[in-house]
Amino acid sequence: MNKVLMKGNEAIAEGALTAGCIAFFGYPITPSSEIAEYMAKKFPLQGGTFLQAESELAAISMVYGGASTGYRVMTASSGPGISLKSEGISIIAEAELPCLIVNISRGGPGLGGIQPAQSDYFQATRGGGHGDYKLIVLAPSSVQEMLDFAMDAFALADKYRTPVMLMAEGTLGQMMEPVIPREKVTQFADKPWAISGCKGRKPNIVNTLHLSPEFLEYRNNVLNDKYNLIEANEQKAESYCTEDADLVVVAFGLMSRIVKKAIMEVRKKGFKVGLIRPITLWPFPVDCVKKAAETAKLFLSVEISMGQMIEDVRLAVNGKAAVEFYGRIGMIPSPQEIARQIILLAEREGLK
Amino acid sequence: MKIIARRPESLTPARFHYCPGCTHGIIHRLVAECIDELNMRENAVGICPVGCAVLAYDYFNLDMLEAGHGRAPAIATGIKRILPDRLLFTYQGDGDLASIGMAEIVHASARGEKITVIFVNNTVYGMTGGQMAPTTLLGQVTTTSPYGRKKEETGYPIKMAELLATNEGSAYICRTAVNNPANVTKTKKALKKAFQTQIKGLGFSMVEVLSTCPTNWGLGPMESLKWLEENMIPYYPLGEFKVKEAQ
Repeated sequence: MNKVLMKGNEAIAEGALTAGCIAFFGYPITPSSEIAEYMAKKFPLQGGTFLQAESELAAISMVYGGASTGYRVMTASSGPGISLKSEGISIIAEAELPCLIVNISRGGPGLGGIQPAQSDYFQATRGGGHGDYKLIVLAPSSVQEMLDFAMDAFALADKYRTPVMLMAEGTLGQMMEPVIPREKVTQFADKPWAISGCKGRKPNIVNTLHLSPEFLEYRNNVLNDKYNLIEANEQKAESYCTEDADLVVVAFGLMSRIVKKAIMEVRKKGFKVGLIRPITLWPFPVDCVKKAAETAKLFLSVEISMGQMIEDVRLAVNGKAAVEFYGRIGMIPSPQEIARQIILLAEREGLK
Repeated sequence: MKIIARRPESLTPARFHYCPGCTHGIIHRLVAECIDELNMRENAVGICPVGCAVLAYDYFNLDMLEAGHGRAPAIATGIKRILPDRLLFTYQGDGDLASIGMAEIVHASARGEKITVIFVNNTVYGMTGGQMAPTTLLGQVTTTSPYGRKKEETGYPIKMAELLATNEGSAYICRTAVNNPANVTKTKKALKKAFQTQIKGLGFSMVEVLSTCPTNWGLGPMESLKWLEENMIPYYPLGEFKVKEAQ
């Protein structure tokens, strides 16, 4: 198919439509609103539901209802909105309903700002709401990936009956790049658990209240087994120049592209530096980082935050090498700034 | 042998967990009878609240979903928009609907969402142990208004039927009670009319049912019915507040 020029937020919406999403329930918030606006234009023409809810709480509750029918549905928001949605996300995770939740992230805490940030990493990868649950979290780094990962997210959601989050910095949502459209998905998994009226079968019940302690523990074990399976099967990362690297930078999303550019520069100066880009933030690509830790002498986590992913990097490196941090918030570091940091560290450690 | 009374098909054989004298059981049965009579059991989806009726998914013999506190109308919206020919109902108490779920109920009504809300008003939070609700009457003693509800501190009880009747999207709004056989019959008629309003696609429908809570009121079952009649009905008048006919 011919390439088309698209904005990141529109690419997510287009990816969702291509994946067979038939309903969007959302509440406006910068910098994610274009996703809702795109759906508001598309659904009335091609069939499907766009509904602007009265609140983030209502929007995620509509997603909960919509997902219970077995059809592909989604919502999109940004950090402060995801905080409000966390009640519903916890319910959806325990009800084991597939759906897509998009976080076009901005800086916090509080109302924060509308500049891009990665400081919702903890919120995304630690569940975010109450109880023991996880979301699969995908982090695209290009507008093409915004489209592709939206499709992947729906496939993973159906495969594991779990909510999937796509998290991208505001910049990715706002910038334009050429995108190759994909073939429309027309085959979907059977969903015998769906709520649709009990014609010809026993009633289905979607419920997350478990008053019996034994059953509550059983339910947590069921979820935990599923999360273990996801951790074993779905870790995804991109490695760049890590084979001979003394210093491995770990960065995701938009930040990884800036780091890649910095690495190209410092390599020209003879520093053996590589990049690991986690594509799944949860499950974190532990195996990939572990492998790099067999040879690398130093890791550097670069984030648009005060340092959140670094905890996962440390856990994966498990003491085999030192793990350093560099981050900004509200501001996006330039490739030159990252290159300077890399050289500073490499020279300090005598890595040349 | 002729069967003259039996459990509606829309109810399971499970025994209700409700306290002696509580009128939830009557209301459950009326809802089930209406769904049976409309032949909609296999086409119906019910949403239970957080509150005393939280376990209603064990009692209604049809597809059921358990909501977060107050969110039932939004959840019903999500389902109804995707499956518009299903019969959607929410079953909610006063804390759920008129306090934490106020935004969801007002906007579902304003949108003219084609769902039916069964609103059980017994003036207290039952399941959590009798705390003050937005519908608690002035002077009424609850565990969080131990000296009686004072208007200076907590304002006035909210009249949901009157409030929602002002929304254009509301097609049928009625308040009934289940304190005596005549009112039980009227409640069933109202419930059926509400479901028919939805089936005809006229808009949002709600029946507010004045109900008892003997346990948290500290009264016997018979005294509770009397208390409802003498205290609740004067403040919460019975009747239809909005009836939109087909155009």
